Parts: sequence; C-alpha cells; structure tokens
Amino acid sequence: MSKIHMRVYRGNSEGGQLKDYDVEVAEGMVVLDAIHNLQATQTSDLACRWNCKAGKCGSCSAEVNGKPRLMCMTRLNEFAEGETITVMPMKTFPIMKDLATDVSWNYEVNKRIPPFTPREGADWHWEQRDADRAQEFRKCIECFLCQDTCHVLREHDKKTSFAGPRFFARIASLEMHPIDGLDRTELLKDQHGIGLCNITRCCTEVCPESIRITDNAIIPMKERVVDKYYDPLRILWNKMTGK
Amino acid sequence: MSENYQSFEYDVLVIGAGGAGLRAAIEASAAGCKTALVCKSLLGKAHTVMAEGGIAAALATVDSRDSWRQHFSDTLIGGNFGNHWEMAEIHAKQAPDRVRELEKWGAVFDRTTDGKGNINVRHFGGHTYKRLAHVGDRTGLELIRTLQDKGVHSGIDVHMECTIYALLKDGDRIAGAYGYFRETGRPVLFKAKSIIVSTGGIGKLYSVNSNSWECTGDGFALAYLAGAELADMEYVQFHPTGMVWPPSVRGLLITEGVRGEGGVLKNNKGERFMFKYIPPKYQGKYAETEEEANAWFQKVVVEGQKEEGVKERKPPELMSRDVVARALWAEIKAGRGSEHGGVYLDIASRRSAEDIKKKLPSMYHQFKQLADVDITKVPMEVGPTCHYMMGGVKVNPQTQESTVKGLFAAGECSAGMHGSNRLGGNSLSDLVVFGKLAGEHAAAYAKNSSVPKIDESVLDGLNKEMNKPFENQGGEVSYAILADLQTAMEKGAGMYREESLLEGCLKDLASLKERLKKVSAEGNRLFNPGWHVALDLRNMLIVGEALARGAKERKESRGGHTRTDYTSYSKDFAKKRVVIRKKGEEMEVVQEDLPQVPAELEAELIKDGFLRLEVLKQIRGEAPAH
Repeated sequence: MSKIHMRVYRGNSEGGQLKDYDVEVAEGMVVLDAIHNLQATQTSDLACRWNCKAGKCGSCSAEVNGKPRLMCMTRLNEFAEGETITVMPMKTFPIMKDLATDVSWNYEVNKRIPPFTPREGADWHWEQRDADRAQEFRKCIECFLCQDTCHVLREHDKKTSFAGPRFFARIASLEMHPIDGLDRTELLKDQHGIGLCNITRCCTEVCPESIRITDNAIIPMKERVVDKYYDPLRILWNKMTGK
Repeated sequence: MSENYQSFEYDVLVIGAGGAGLRAAIEASAAGCKTALVCKSLLGKAHTVMAEGGIAAALATVDSRDSWRQHFSDTLIGGNFGNHWEMAEIHAKQAPDRVRELEKWGAVFDRTTDGKGNINVRHFGGHTYKRLAHVGDRTGLELIRTLQDKGVHSGIDVHMECTIYALLKDGDRIAGAYGYFRETGRPVLFKAKSIIVSTGGIGKLYSVNSNSWECTGDGFALAYLAGAELADMEYVQFHPTGMVWPPSVRGLLITEGVRGEGGVLKNNKGERFMFKYIPPKYQGKYAETEEEANAWFQKVVVEGQKEEGVKERKPPELMSRDVVARALWAEIKAGRGSEHGGVYLDIASRRSAEDIKKKLPSMYHQFKQLADVDITKVPMEVGPTCHYMMGGVKVNPQTQESTVKGLFAAGECSAGMHGSNRLGGNSLSDLVVFGKLAGEHAAAYAKNSSVPKIDESVLDGLNKEMNKPFENQGGEVSYAILADLQTAMEKGAGMYREESLLEGCLKDLASLKERLKKVSAEGNRLFNPGWHVALDLRNMLIVGEALARGAKERKESRGGHTRTDYTSYSKDFAKKRVVIRKKGEEMEVVQEDLPQVPAELEAELIKDGFLRLEVLKQIRGEAPAH
C-alpha cells in the first residue's frame, strides 16, 4: 500500500471547488478505484457515476489531469510518482453534484434522430464487410467524452444547433446500415449543424473505443451533405429537371 | 413528516431497464398501455451491456442439425433438470424469433462466412451446436442499444436514475411503487395497474463478482416484501473465468467466447486438466484426449469445416459453467493453480494475434489496459467469480406473473428458466423472450383492471425509513456494512456450502441487520452514494438470507449449488424446488413440487436422441453420478 495525493471537484449547480485528499492505493488500481476508496473511507457522499468498471458502459467519464477519460480505464501507474491526480467533472455539461453532470441533453438529441427504417423488400442477407462499417460506430458506449471535448459544444456551447460527434457517429451507423432506407442528410445539415465541425479530430483522440469518428463518420456524412446540397452540377441538374 | 413527492400514473410500470425491462416496456407500449420505465442508472448503462459472448437461439444458420428440441434439451441438462420445463420450452421455441426481431430493429450481428450472409453463431459451453448469435464480444451492448433506440421511439416515459424503495398494494393486488430520484433525493410515487420487476441480479452480495453496483437484488426484495414468493434462491452461478489479477479487477468477467474461439484451460504444470473432470452427464459428448480436442479445434475452428462431417468431439473446456468452475476450484485447491490463485486460460498459443483482436477485441483491450497483459502473447489468469442468480421471483411460465396479482418478473429477476445452472448465451435470449411475454401479459392485465387505490398514509412510514440514515447520528457508514456482507456471503454461502457455514452466514446476516438499523449517512439527499448504499443494503440482506436459507434447505449438490456435506444429486430433492415467502416478520422456507417434463415429451426426446435415459436417472438421483 502506498499513498497518492488527489484533488477532486466537490460542488453542485450553485458552485464548488477542488478538495484535497490522500488516498491509499494498491497495485493495478485505476482512478475509479481511488474514488471508490474515498467514498468508502473518507467521504461517502462523493457523487460519481459508474457501472461496469470495465470500459463497457461509459458511465464514469470525467476529466483526469485535464484529459477527458473513463476513470475505470485510467491506471494510477500512468502518472509519475508523487504527481497529484486532479479529477474534474466533464466541463461541457452542467454539474449536478461533484463528478456527476447532467447529460440529459444528449438523450434529447438522440430522440430526434429518425430510427432505423429498413428498405421495403430489402434482402436481409448481407456479408460481414457490409456489417463492418455500421459495427464500428455501434461500438460506441455513450460515454459522451467526444461531446465533452468537442470545442463547438465545449467552448461555444452550440447545443441548440449542433448534435456533436456522438450523434454524427450514430447517424453514420444508420446511414451505413446495409438495410436502412432513410436519408438523414437534411437533418445533418440543418438541425444537427454538421457544417460547424471543422475536423480538428479531438473527438477521435478521446474515444475510449478507438472509433475513427472524424474520418469514418463525420467526413463521409459531410460529403453526403455537400453532395446533396452544394454540388454545383447537382444544383444545375436539379434546376433543369425541376426537382 | 409528509414529504413533497412527485406523482405519476401509468398502466404498466417497468422497474429496471436492462434487456428484459426494455423489451417488456416496448411490448406493453405497443399493446396501447401508458408505460413507464424506471432505472437506477442512465438509460443504456444497465448490466446487460456487460454481456459479451452472444445470444443463444437455435437459428441453425451454421449447423443445420440444430433445433428448438436440442436447445431445450441442452438447457435442461445444463440446468440439471432444476428448470421449470415450460419456461425452457417457451425459451427454446421463441428465441430465434426474438433474435430475428432484434435484427429487424437494427441490430447488426456478425455474419456467416459461407457466402450466404446469415447471422453467424458460435460455440458456447453446454450447447451441442454452434448457437450464439454475436457481435464480436460486445453482444450485450448491441442488444441494449437496439432496444434503447427502439424504445425511445415507442412512446415510453423513461425515469432515469430513480430507485424504487417499496411496492405498494391495494388489498392483494399491486398498486404502485414508491422511491426516490437519485440525483435530487426527491421522493416519487408511481401509481400503476401492473408492475414488472426486471432489476437483474445479486452479484454485489459477494466480494468477488462480475456485476455492477446496480446488482443489489432489488427486484427480489421488493417482490418478497410485497408478498410474492421467491424460488430456487440457492442456485447461484459462479462463472469459471473471472480476472484474478491485479486485485482491483478481481472478478471482472472474461467471456466464455475465449473458449468458444479455441482457448484452453491449463494448470501450473501446463496440463489441460479439463479431460479429468467430465461428469457422467457429458460423457461421450466431449473429447476425451488432447489429440481429439486438438483435431476438432483444427478442423472446426481453424479450418472452419462443417461440424456435421467432423468425427472428433468438442473440447471439455466447452462444458457448462458449473462443471468448469468446480474443475478450476479443484485444481487450485490441489496446489496446481497460477501465481495469483487462478488457473491459466490460453488463447495466445491457439490463434493468431490478428484473429484474437478481431474476435475478442474487448478482452484484448481489457487485459492490455487493466492488467498489462497481452493476451495474444501470454495466457490469462482466471478464477471463479459470482456472476448470475438462477433463482428469483416465482412466476407463471406462460405469463411471467408472480404470486401477487399484477406483479410480473422477467430476466434474471425471475426463477425457473435456467434451473440450477444457466448456459452461456441463454441469458440474453431469456431477456427478450420473457421480457416480451411479461410486457404482453402485464399490458393485458392492466387493460382488464380498474385503477387501484393507494393508501397514501403508508408513504409517511416509507419516508421515515428512507430518511433514517440521516437521522442516525454517529453510526457507521454503509460501505463498512457492505464490505462485511460481501465477506460473510463469500465465506458462508460461496461456491462451496455446508451446514455449519450456512448457519454461520445466517448469524452474520442477522448481526449485519442490526448494524444496518444504526447506519449513518453524511451530507444531504442530493446524489449521495453513501445514502443509496444504505438503502440498497436492506434488499441485499433480504436476498442474502433467502439465498442462505435456500442453500441450507437443499441437502444435495446440483449445478450452482454445491455442498461439501451432500456431494451428490439426491432423489429427495430432484423434483423439488425451495420456495421462500414472507410470513409476518419471518422468512418461511417450504419445498414444493417442481413441475416435470410430461412423460410423452420426455419419451419422444429420448427416442430421438436428445436426452439419454441413464443421464436423466443420474440427475434425478436414481443412479450414481459422481
């Protein structure tokens, strides 16, 4: 057993501050273990979300030494000996209490995405290579770290006009589903504001599931929007044919 | 003190938003009922996301010999005939439709490699043929996301981060539920004509477990307190392959899919020990030598040959979990365990690094990140971990209704489907098969009943109970009691049980109950985990007691219930189930007859080779088996 020094945000919607703690740690522990240790031995009302403790449910998102991370997948031995570990709630969402934030906005955005709609008369047999594309995005565990880090949401708070990387990936999973027959490009262009993304790839960097959100979801979706609404040849063609 | 509570009114209230709860809510809503779903976490985070290997259904997309009758028979043999046969039959018949339905709702299962583009299936313990539809090793996530996306467009009200503390009744029928929002601590009343409990399992009762914080047995305790009967609570599954090192991840699940993809179990001498542990019920069905098992592996797994033409039998690592877990334990006890008290699970020497990363991506990731182990290069260390409760709320197999009118149960929360031991993959299919049935019948019940009356004066008493930890000054924190409960269960009602240990466990539980009366919570009701644990502990103590009493009553060994003082199947218990109910302030334990497979069906299954009479006799304690 050794000790580490931690600073953990304590507060609620009215305000708060970082508090200092010394925590006993053992081999192999992750940041979430240290938080659990704090709850059990020092401050039982410390709020944080968690479920699986195995990187599969995406509940324990926080900012550890400034980086958006899953606490359950962040090993304490990643940090230098004697380094203070500072744990803050996700900045992009309103604080409920301590490390728990109000992520309900994400659930509202999700509701506005038209659901999977199979093409009429579709053939339900398809190959793995067709499944692969949709499956990459379906790995998403909804930790919302990509939303947290995206500057359009984090710095500019465009929650009313921008859906964020999580939902571009979700729409991509539907658009690239081999059987889905809907076209969601108008939604992407208008309510979901995909044009606001300037491809800084921050979302891809923080994704604990290593989903290539920018390259495989956002860029292809942007291309579909451009193709449909901003392609000069297409505009001309549409005018000529009266579409 | 009367608290300012929020109030809602529904036809059907579903408690728990894992696979069973979501599927039930979708069904109830589709039937035209005003439906709400309550969950302790955020939507989509339920323990179902942890399911890895797959969903079992006789789709026969890879092995055309598969059928519902084979799945049914495998489930009964796996459960050592402790199953309610009707549930096993319904499950085996309906699972393929439920899987195809998930696909229609947008699930993207892995595909077959034969060019036909069907749903691919894989091998799992105790299943005769390849039978588990899957998405890599994250099948549970696929299931929950598919149901979640379907659910949000089904007009269901979802109340997230809300814990139900008590079920309310109107005479002998269910009338509603009372609880609190975890975020604000504010009390909430749900009036409902029918209620489905689908709250999952009990893993948090044990110190080494594969479960999330939510698995505190709420549904069992809520139903019990409301007067419903529980059954088979002694049947607890210890999954053979949990992580053992480092200590912070001890118990974390390693999918059976590792063995399905060719992984083998070895002791510290490098021996593949499973060949020594084939019980009579599986003799003749599994390879008896390493050569035979390797030949099967080469042909079926590596070369992808159709099993129909392969004469070798599959490796004994693929027997049911109860058998494998006991074998592991025996090796560890005999001093042949691994460095940190487990055994070795080796996939590195069997498959290429590329295959491992493709087939078992989250296992690769989990070991790399949490244990600094590269499973493509070295074996994993594994040991038993508390995983699943086969027992639960006693239900009508056709309707999922409990013994309380209007109260239904589905998924891990209900008893009967899996008998004394669940086969891998049968849980996800259980969720959607019985989730649907529960939703359907809860809706039918609601439609035919009037709005129940709730005596709101009982809410004052509940408020007092819920507030008590804040009023208790200077008591201990809930986490200390939780830790001692886990130790008591591990020691007294763990994988191996005996009379004196179970008696000790019951004594420990009684003293924990006294300590819980004086538990203190600091701070206020705003998102306060210490307070939440204090309230959850009431449920955990009820479940622990039911489990230990059930285990004490069943004087034999069967599946997930192993007794060192009664080591064999007993014919006195083979056709009995242990039922637990509330009688005043006491817990009453009774034995009931377990309905048996009708003679005609049994004879037909024997005639067609699905069951073997000598195996049946052994499991029924009518012929020696151990």
